[in-house]
Amino acid sequence: MPTGESVEAVREKAEILDGEGLRRAITRIAHEIIEKNGGTDGLVLAGIRRRGYPLAQRIAARIREFEGVDVPVGALDITLYRDDLQTIDHQPVVGPTDIPVDIDGKVVVLVDDVLYTGRTARAALDELIDLGRPRAIRLAVIVDRGHREIPIRADFVGKNVPTSKREVVMVKLEEIDRHDGVSIGEILT
Amino acid sequence: MIGGKKDLLGLEDLSAQEITGILDTARTFREVLDRPIPKVPPLRGMTAANLFFENSTRTRLSFELAEKRLSADTVNFQTSGSSVSKGETLRDTARNIEAMGIHLVVVRHQASGAPHYLARHLDAGVINAGDGTHEHPTQGLLDIYTMREQRGRIAGLKVAIIGDVMHSRVARSNIWGLTKLGAEVTIAGPPTMMPAEVERFGVRVAKSVDEAIEGSDVVNILRIQLERQRGTLYSSLREYARVYGVTRERLRRARPDVTVMHPGPMNRGVEIAQDVADGEHSVILQQVTNGVAVRMAVLYLLAGRNEAPEAPTETPTVEATKSHDEPTLSPRR
Repeated sequence: MPTGESVEAVREKAEILDGEGLRRAITRIAHEIIEKNGGTDGLVLAGIRRRGYPLAQRIAARIREFEGVDVPVGALDITLYRDDLQTIDHQPVVGPTDIPVDIDGKVVVLVDDVLYTGRTARAALDELIDLGRPRAIRLAVIVDRGHREIPIRADFVGKNVPTSKREVVMVKLEEIDRHDGVSIGEILT
Repeated sequence: MIGGKKDLLGLEDLSAQEITGILDTARTFREVLDRPIPKVPPLRGMTAANLFFENSTRTRLSFELAEKRLSADTVNFQTSGSSVSKGETLRDTARNIEAMGIHLVVVRHQASGAPHYLARHLDAGVINAGDGTHEHPTQGLLDIYTMREQRGRIAGLKVAIIGDVMHSRVARSNIWGLTKLGAEVTIAGPPTMMPAEVERFGVRVAKSVDEAIEGSDVVNILRIQLERQRGTLYSSLREYARVYGVTRERLRRARPDVTVMHPGPMNRGVEIAQDVADGEHSVILQQVTNGVAVRMAVLYLLAGRNEAPEAPTETPTVEATKSHDEPTLSPRR
């Protein structure tokens, strides 16, 4: 289990998407991916661990419903590509990266739960480029909360949520958290 | 850090959980080695020094490769024997390392305990790459990693270690690691090469090689150290091969799917028969590949200055989605 996640004192303020809302957002992203790609040819979904991976599987399940096609789904662990390994003083546990197909010439859709500073997406891009040479890389996220620190944008967004830096966006998934939903919390100091 | 320490000096110092943690991390790095670009960036900006006071080809290459695949810079120092007395040499070495701003030191030395001396005098992390007849922890780890990969488990595994157990640092590290993880270890070899009181660690001493191999899952064959013991502890190489060499015939007593291992370099036709070394049970080359992955895991873990935090509990009440993306408020550990 990656320990890149730290448990902090956070007070939950409001739910911005319930389970049903999250399901609709995933359905819409699935439709948009197919539409932008002109079908499912050459598509590969790569979920960023931890929550991006089950989200990628759910998007793939929707695509199967709509198009009757199984799109390959892989998992990306970006720990070794983080830009803060020299400044944090413990080494985070590394999980496996597992992309089941050759990504050369494919359209890889990176999937993550929250887009914030953009540094996770940057790390994922670097890792993907070490794994092969995709024809294109796109980014799908459930929540874009702003505050980018590097020039990265998402191609598919479930919901844009304006936040302050003192807030936390929590995407909960049944596979990991036992229930679905997205909420905003406030960091307590 | 591994086990709360900045150094890896021996498997004796580690708990079963810490050993398993290293093996799990190694599995990720094993996958990295199969990538089209088998290189990852976590040790960028760090420098590793490989100090080999004793001859070695594959261990030094393996460490250097591991360092490079983690994007560390490497410097090498190799000498066989020195006219300067060991204490002085090592102290000077330590001073030089300090002055050059090196982060990780890999050391092999003919004197048991030399890496411990360096570890005490350096802020850099020290990895023992073999000290005298004491330990060779990364070889022990890669052997155990390979056994787990081949057999799916270590607990309850029947492992026979054949050869010069007494003078073998490989055997010592194997025995520490395997017994901590619950394997049943049996040793066999010339009576002059069996360590005293090894039963205290739960290791069985067999009367013959045949008896040790009987029903075993893994046979790990040690190298006869020709350069060290010729003519002193056994009568002749031919005699050694006849009585203690692992042959295809002897191997029939093991489980039909037995795994055969050897730390290398092999004396073919002495401790291991030609057709066993190249036979279908041999995983000797997999050991070499796995060695790079295991050393990457050790280097990666020691490069962090503190213990990794506990894994989050099953259902934390509320947690930040990703510390990489979220501002961190918990004090740095």
